[in-house]
Amino acid sequence: MEDALYKARILDHFKHPRNKRIIDPADVESKGVNPACGDTLTLYLKFDGDAVADVAFVGAGCAISQAAASLLTEKLKGLTRSGLVAFAEADMYTLLGIEVTEGRKKCALLAWRALQDGVRDV
Amino acid sequence: MTTNIQNIRGDFPIFHSKPDWAYLDTAATSQMPQIVLDQMSEYHCAYRASVHRGLYREAVRVTEAYENARAVLARFLNAASAEEIVFTSGATGASNQLVHMLEYSGILKAGDEILTTQMEHHASLLPLQQLAARQGVSLVLVPLTRQYAIAYKHTEELIGPATKVVSIMLASNVLGTINNVKRIAKQAHDVGAIVVCDATAAVGHLPVDVRALGVDFLYLSGHKMLGPTGIGVLYGQRELLQNMEPGAYGGGMVEDVWRDGASWAVSPHRFEAGTPNIAGAIGLAAAARYLEGHSLTHMRTYIEALTTLAQEGLRAIPGVHVFSAAAPKNVGIISFVVDGVHPHDVAEIAARHNVALRAGHHCALPLHKALGISATVRASVYLYNTKQDIDALVRVVEEARSIFV
Repeated sequence: MEDALYKARILDHFKHPRNKRIIDPADVESKGVNPACGDTLTLYLKFDGDAVADVAFVGAGCAISQAAASLLTEKLKGLTRSGLVAFAEADMYTLLGIEVTEGRKKCALLAWRALQDGVRDV
Repeated sequence: MTTNIQNIRGDFPIFHSKPDWAYLDTAATSQMPQIVLDQMSEYHCAYRASVHRGLYREAVRVTEAYENARAVLARFLNAASAEEIVFTSGATGASNQLVHMLEYSGILKAGDEILTTQMEHHASLLPLQQLAARQGVSLVLVPLTRQYAIAYKHTEELIGPATKVVSIMLASNVLGTINNVKRIAKQAHDVGAIVVCDATAAVGHLPVDVRALGVDFLYLSGHKMLGPTGIGVLYGQRELLQNMEPGAYGGGMVEDVWRDGASWAVSPHRFEAGTPNIAGAIGLAAAARYLEGHSLTHMRTYIEALTTLAQEGLRAIPGVHVFSAAAPKNVGIISFVVDGVHPHDVAEIAARHNVALRAGHHCALPLHKALGISATVRASVYLYNTKQDIDALVRVVEEARSIFV
């Protein structure tokens, strides 16, 4: 029986993260950290005009935070700046496809917060 | 193992409502026995008033109860007198107040050194870091050995004429290691340094005897020794306290006040500005008396057996690395990591099975950096835990591995 939280898709993205690399130089480099858990994350975005041409991340942390980052990078390519800003917290939960409890929200949103912090500064 | 464990567990009302709860997070906060709750409740229900003020019967009773609590804590720590016991908001409050006392009393000057260790809790380390930065003093950290102990050979070299304050925890809240505070206190006193001891993780596990340890200051939190949160103790050696400036100002700590200044009350009142946590002090004294009513030796033997059981059970699981001092030099703390599973995920899976663990850096980042890891899972054992709790711990770690690996 599949685990409700640690679904195969989450574990797959945790163990085999997509786009886990540095983009140098990047147009956006945004860091996130969960001090209490020791989760760290850096999100990189490269634009072609107004659209995301490349997106990647590096980081270390729990399955939820790292799988969320991997899933998010797959979703962002081709989005415009306004599309990135419009990508809401609820969209992140939908993308994860698991029920995120209060205690795990900061894990689930680590990459999303880094994204929002990064695009707000551009 | 002692046979009366069910009796002890029965003293804790939380296990009446949650009989199967494997509470292995005492190093974060302990549970409270009924007697502590009763005595705090009695204060609130029968004689609640402020302390050291009113002349009505209830107020007199409060002052007696509060000062009696001070005397109980003095006996519990084998202090020379109750005057050496300052009630604080906890270990963090005590540590911060002490740093201010040292600073305002002009104990340090630029070029001096403060010595502490790599395993300290942030509550101890951060106030010292800030003090050092403000006063132009260097902060020296003693490294650890591979057995998760303090490198005592280094302390001999590191403690010198410039050393003015030596601060060392009695037991590590991550590794469980019990430190030889007495040995370091002797080295420190040989050069005239003040010795400070953070006893928070040790108290309730070891007999904490301030005179046998030879420390000048020692602090603890009530909630790690079966007492309530929001109360702690700063022990200070009498002659030192009498000559020190307060770390905070307010009501109840003055002798006289005029337009542009004030003079201070005698210690310990000088160091207790504001209305104290009266119920907390009463509850803490009840907790100390509860602990005095049990054989510490039996308790230690029991906790050591559970600690060893947990260490062995976890070490037998492939991919588990245990960072924990061997019993008997351990206060029931077993920190570990599981290859391929983040500590947070281990704690999450444990939580589903009613096993309360802690994941993170446990407010000891320099220690985790020294160990080369960002976080650990921590299980901590106390007198109300059972062999079943340890079995549940091992089972959930095995399950975490089966999900991830």
